[in-house]
Amino acid sequence: MKSLEDLKRIREEAKKKMTMRLDDEQKYRVVVGMATCGIAAGARPVLNELVEQVAKHDLPVTVTQTGCIGRCSLEPIVEVFDREGNKTTYVFMDAKKAKEVVERHLMRDEIIEEYTIGAAE
Amino acid sequence: MERIQVLVCAGTGCSIGNSSELVKKFEEEIRSFGLENEISVKKTGCLGLCGHGPNVSIYPDNIIYKTVHLDDVREIVQEHFYKGRPVKRLMIDEGDYNQEEIFDVNKTRFYAKQKRVALKDCGVIDPENIEEYIAKDGYVALGKVLTEMTSQEVIDEITKSGLRGRGGGGFLTGRKWQFAYNEKSDEKYVICNADEGDPGAFMDRSILEGNPHSVLEAMAIAGYAIGANHGYIYIRAEYPIAVERLKTAIKQAKEYGLLGKDIFGTGFDFDLEIRLGAGAFVCGEETALIQSIEGERGMPNPKPPFPAQSGVWGKPTIINNVETYANIAQIIKNGADWFRSIGTETSTGTKVFALGGKITNTGLVEVPMGTTLREVIYEIGGGCPDHKAFKAVQTGGPSGGCLTEEQLDTPIGFDELVKLGSMMGSGGMIVLDEDNCMVDVARFYMDFIVDESCGKCSPCRIGTKRLLELLNQICNGEGTLETLDELESLCYTIKETALCGLGQSAPNPVLSTLSQFRDEYIAHVVDKRCPAGVCKALLRYEIEPDMCRKCGLCARNCPVSAISGRIGKEIFHIDPEKCIKCGNCFHACHFNAIARK
Repeated sequence: MKSLEDLKRIREEAKKKMTMRLDDEQKYRVVVGMATCGIAAGARPVLNELVEQVAKHDLPVTVTQTGCIGRCSLEPIVEVFDREGNKTTYVFMDAKKAKEVVERHLMRDEIIEEYTIGAAE
Repeated sequence: MERIQVLVCAGTGCSIGNSSELVKKFEEEIRSFGLENEISVKKTGCLGLCGHGPNVSIYPDNIIYKTVHLDDVREIVQEHFYKGRPVKRLMIDEGDYNQEEIFDVNKTRFYAKQKRVALKDCGVIDPENIEEYIAKDGYVALGKVLTEMTSQEVIDEITKSGLRGRGGGGFLTGRKWQFAYNEKSDEKYVICNADEGDPGAFMDRSILEGNPHSVLEAMAIAGYAIGANHGYIYIRAEYPIAVERLKTAIKQAKEYGLLGKDIFGTGFDFDLEIRLGAGAFVCGEETALIQSIEGERGMPNPKPPFPAQSGVWGKPTIINNVETYANIAQIIKNGADWFRSIGTETSTGTKVFALGGKITNTGLVEVPMGTTLREVIYEIGGGCPDHKAFKAVQTGGPSGGCLTEEQLDTPIGFDELVKLGSMMGSGGMIVLDEDNCMVDVARFYMDFIVDESCGKCSPCRIGTKRLLELLNQICNGEGTLETLDELESLCYTIKETALCGLGQSAPNPVLSTLSQFRDEYIAHVVDKRCPAGVCKALLRYEIEPDMCRKCGLCARNCPVSAISGRIGKEIFHIDPEKCIKCGNCFHACHFNAIARK
């Protein structure tokens, strides 16, 4: 490399490979229920879609998985925590809905009422 | 798309625990679950919990699994990665509070009070991949220095930060640089002292193994500041992993144009070379280190001239320790005021300690200066294991001293520790409990010094040998009160007359134990008794006839058949002539019938 610009370019490129290890403050934490019930109901494509969309838009969001959340009949379940710890629970998720959650909730801070557990009940 | 990154510690401690096999096993199991596109496995540097290794850290959950065996890998992959249930039994367990479902290691007591500056990216990045260091804003400080600052501005910033040498002496780094900058010379040199020699110390080793680029970057900055184009890293051949990672790091930095000619197109050249030492303690002393780099036998020279005036090849040279360098890029990036805001007025920033000895969490910790010893030992270190009573903590290695229970509330700082008769040293912190004999501890350090004395000056060569003989006499029960006086006066003579820092500080462990634990010395010479039960010549094992149940377990465990008696019929008896005082019978007896006197 011959200049600071080169360094910056390499840094931006390298950062993409280790987003989950950077110190940046995360805006949301998304947790996908991945117990047997979740996987059986199709949680894996939901998880993959979330991870892909978050990476694609380079969002300050952590996507992790968890075990059984306890409402197996409503799986796949996705929980979104904001920085204050407020939780939004989405139920009966699929890849299409997951993409919508990324675009509306994670990017525009808009809770999609009709997918939440409140609406389902 | 990747959603989990597995970081396996590849430091020395965890490598001994077979962490390279773990990497392969993880990859294999991840493939068997078809998760290879979602999960990647990497090697990283020290996470600090060396006593519980091998450690594996999982992102983005930020969970650390400790003592991971090959057999545990499948469970982690299946339960955690596939089904999303972290494996609780392998997490850090501090006993008395509830674990969250997803457990953040930063909330554990071990990490909560730590602040990582020198170790910042150690254990987070792959030390063999320069791009991971760059992603963490690596080499930004070098770029800033070369394009925006003059040499004098760099030196002023480091001086203003109050950074003091982390190798032991605590000399102001900025001032050292200023001396070398002021010298007029066609050539100057920058040296990194990685000849970490204190028994039980592994701070520098872990930094080099976990984040070698932080040291390379800082050396280039130092080169720019004093006007040097060449640097040496003097490291002991006993650190093979660190040497390999350094070689890789230098090679990558050269490929990326971050070392070599015309860095960042600014016309500044800087090149680095590794010099291997044979692992002599004295070569950590500046002038001896320079001799060794020049290919001579490593022996100190009188100062002045100081290396800043006449160092390697007679040219102005600065020598800084690994940990000192590891702070430089952070200071340039975040500013001197940020660094000053950590620590105390006279000791700024943080300090890395290698916790060892009788401590629950053996490992590497980094705390802000001003943290008390009590916090480090009890809160981070978890106190002495097996409910034993704390006796002392040894800091500063063979040049330092011991601090007692009453002194534990002292805030950690260069001047504070010297005031108590010990010193910061390079950061070894060895905890001693009730089972340690302080005379024996002093003897251990003196034995080390006698081995490592270079032999150039007689106070050190002959004096330390005589000190060791006196300590041996005391441990063997041949000492008298006069021996103690002789010991003390010899200590002061050596302190005043030895040539270099090694010799001058060599009597410190004796003087410090003598002043803090004089009663133990007196017990050895007057009562001919070792209160901790360590010095074998002063020990006697006896079977209490009233307590003996005639089971014969002691006799079965005796390696020299010194115990006689008849099972069920006759009380057992130890023959003091034959007994080698190994203590096997003492530990074997279920009825506390064996007394150690």
